[in-house]
Amino acid sequence: MMEKDLPIRKKNKISKDQLTAILFLIPSLILIVVFVYGFIGWTGYLSVSNYNTIVPDFSFAGLKNYAYLFNDFRFQADLRNTIFFTVFFIGLVIVLGLGLAILLDQKLKGESIFRNIFLFPMALSFIVTGVVWQWLLNPSTGFNNFLKVFGIQPKWYTDTNILAGFQWGQIEFGLPVAILAVVIAAVWQMTGFSLAMYLAGLRGIGDELREAARMDGATEFQIYWKVVLPLLMPITMSVVIIMAHISLKIFDLVYAMTGTGANFVTDVPGLYMFETTFRGNYYANGAAIAIIMLLLVAVFIVPYLWNNRKGDQS
Amino acid sequence: MTTLRLGTILKYVLLILVSIFFLMPIYVIIITSLKPIEEVSLATMWSLPTAFDFSSYQIAWENLSPNLLNSFYLVIPATLLSAVLGAMNGYVLSKWKFKGADILFTFILFGMFIPYQSILIPLIQFLRTIDLYNSLWGLILVHVVYGLPITTLMFRNFYANIPSEMIESAQIDGANFLGVFRHIMIPLSITGFVVVAIWQFTNIWNEFLFAVTITTGDNQPVMVALQNLSGSQVVQWNVQMAGALLAALPTLLVYIFLGKYFVRGLLAGSVKG
Repeated sequence: MMEKDLPIRKKNKISKDQLTAILFLIPSLILIVVFVYGFIGWTGYLSVSNYNTIVPDFSFAGLKNYAYLFNDFRFQADLRNTIFFTVFFIGLVIVLGLGLAILLDQKLKGESIFRNIFLFPMALSFIVTGVVWQWLLNPSTGFNNFLKVFGIQPKWYTDTNILAGFQWGQIEFGLPVAILAVVIAAVWQMTGFSLAMYLAGLRGIGDELREAARMDGATEFQIYWKVVLPLLMPITMSVVIIMAHISLKIFDLVYAMTGTGANFVTDVPGLYMFETTFRGNYYANGAAIAIIMLLLVAVFIVPYLWNNRKGDQS
Repeated sequence: MTTLRLGTILKYVLLILVSIFFLMPIYVIIITSLKPIEEVSLATMWSLPTAFDFSSYQIAWENLSPNLLNSFYLVIPATLLSAVLGAMNGYVLSKWKFKGADILFTFILFGMFIPYQSILIPLIQFLRTIDLYNSLWGLILVHVVYGLPITTLMFRNFYANIPSEMIESAQIDGANFLGVFRHIMIPLSITGFVVVAIWQFTNIWNEFLFAVTITTGDNQPVMVALQNLSGSQVVQWNVQMAGALLAALPTLLVYIFLGKYFVRGLLAGSVKG
């Protein structure tokens, strides 16, 4: 036992191969340290500076920019929109993806055709999706021509209503109806992701377990609810995390499809950051928005990465 | 038996209804892009064109073709470089693990999830300093760097599945670190390269935030040009739809012909081996 654990290489002498291995990593490590961690640090500093001007001003401003944002009508609206967008987007992507994965797992003919239909939007860009859905959900074009038959004419992303709203800070807090139009487009694009994940999960479970449950007299519904779903839990976790980070940093879809909307009903932090930084030269405010976005994403991502790291070791 | 059939029919009905939802935007894009301007009215939106008219493609092509070319100049080198670096990192982090290698990997991986807004202002200042702002080379650099986490992840998972015995026996035969990489790992990871290349190609082609903030005018990739085209009020819907289709065509073709590898990349990027 002891002998087996003894290292073959001499302990304090690094072999030539180990040295080459480290040299292989060095270029990427330098790039990551500078471009990811260094730049985040610099953005963090800018967010507490007075650089809200065209001419750089790196003097220290304390938390002034953050205080400004949290009292700002637009930023409060952005946070509200992000919450509702994230909840609806993730919920629908999971329910639809899981439902379709279960349907496709029934060994039906033509399964691969359906799978390809549900997955192809994943290959498109959010810009293309935004351009197309902007038209489909424009109240005077698209769907509404079809819905005329039923006598309903939703205003989609031009709707300024806030459902179940109450005054909260500067804004009316509640569900902005307009954001649901963006949710539809985002769900159309991203459901393929959860579908592919769940389908891979279902294939991994295998038939034996389900067969055994069937023998025990479980109904199809019980098999899925009691046996399959719990086994898919790790996949659900991954889908939630990945979708949450996409949702919290979303920018291009909103930019192409709706813009900020009237009263900022479809605005998001990513769009605010872009406009205030690159259109308004409020670099410090832009940096503060970016840092808040990073912290929101980190709440989901850091525990996830930490757990996966442990998983690697076991 | 009859209930079973009824269940099957119900499943097909559900699948077909959802398929219609997924395909409808494509249907609308295609028929609208083929219509002459007079026919792109609200009342006839869902109906087929009375005659095929390719003039909207001609206009879209005139507007977008220089940017389409930019996108190819951007995507090809950026994809290749990030794949090569990812393979190098993945090789070391899977087969030459040293103390702290897993933590280092997690540290690299974090870069994949950050909102790029949080590095954008320093990045642009840096690119201005080294004179790569508003150039395709600047954009290539950016996509190589921020592509590193995902390509490293994919290759690391891929190489973890190659049995270590193969490497050990090659080492007994006298192969060193580089020899193993060149003669064993690379030949065995052709599929890995295809998966990573397709994933990076699609992502970089579709990326917008870096493209719109780092390049202007003639240097812009196609997604920015498409957004500009659709943002301008004078451009007709049929031209916008033709433009959207042109901009989406390269990644759609990749998906149609190499969809299997695309899905593998999708799974490899999310489920860790």
